[in-house]
Amino acid sequence: MFDLLGAALPSRLLLGTAQYPSPAILADAVKTSGASVVTVSLRREMAGGWGGEKFWSLVNSLGVRILPNTAGCHSVKEAVTTAKMAREVFGTSWIKLEVIGNHDTLQPDVFGLVEAACILCEDGFTVFPYTTDDLVVAERLLGAGCKVLMPWCAPIGSALGPVNIMALRSMRGHFPDVPLIVDAGLGRPSHAATVMELGFDAVLLNTAVAKAADPVGMARAFGKAVEAGREAYSSGMLEPRDMAIPSTPVIGMAAFR
Amino acid sequence: MKLMVNGEAHEIAATTLAELLAALDYEGEWLATAVNSDLVHRANRAEFRLSDGDRIEILSPMQGG
Repeated sequence: MFDLLGAALPSRLLLGTAQYPSPAILADAVKTSGASVVTVSLRREMAGGWGGEKFWSLVNSLGVRILPNTAGCHSVKEAVTTAKMAREVFGTSWIKLEVIGNHDTLQPDVFGLVEAACILCEDGFTVFPYTTDDLVVAERLLGAGCKVLMPWCAPIGSALGPVNIMALRSMRGHFPDVPLIVDAGLGRPSHAATVMELGFDAVLLNTAVAKAADPVGMARAFGKAVEAGREAYSSGMLEPRDMAIPSTPVIGMAAFR
Repeated sequence: MKLMVNGEAHEIAATTLAELLAALDYEGEWLATAVNSDLVHRANRAEFRLSDGDRIEILSPMQGG
């Protein structure tokens, strides 16, 4: 079991619920991946969509923990109000806090993020901040009351994978006791395995699964990659070196000369 | 009374937020409401009095990443 802020979770994979071809495929992907948490949002109801009551029923039937987000919010006020609305609807004080600062990269407005985190932590929320890999911002978020950090590894939906391994390694090194979840930018199961091997506690992804040719198959692959990466990290990996070391014993070789 | 509901202009006789929801056929425990960018709790909708020009958001659970 993975203890995330007091919640005993069966896996270290958190999965988004957007962009799937159908509700049935979404449900299958969540089950197949073994994801323990799903992210959801709040929006105006649209004709022809499968939000609202249908989506509400589907999410409740999955039997996993719900992490509402403030996706799309560009101001502190928007994010704080959305978080409060989400708490009432979803009945959880967990909130994935997004305050977006740039339309092209969807990178967080880290100044607004810290301000909103202060307000929401003070109000009793458990804030999961979607942030960059900047150590100083991370410190400020912890100072604001956050108990977990969710750095991006690349822009949302980009599928680039970890573009700055050094920054992620620094985060792990600087905050050994803070749960760290890589959120955004993962494209392939090997990306998830890579960040898990760095010692990250979990990953959150959406597009890489939802937009795969076979979302259910990709969900399974990501589930395995997250497990493999974590087990590798826990098992102590070899440090790379430049020179060869024979793996077969040298002692006892026959002398044919 | 002129109200903006989810970005659309409405001319509605409702005087409270609960009356507005009923008039527009919004019903369900999964709805969240805000007036002029502030949350209005479900329990307070019946007594929350609307004013001309108020901006109301009525939101529902939706897919998210």
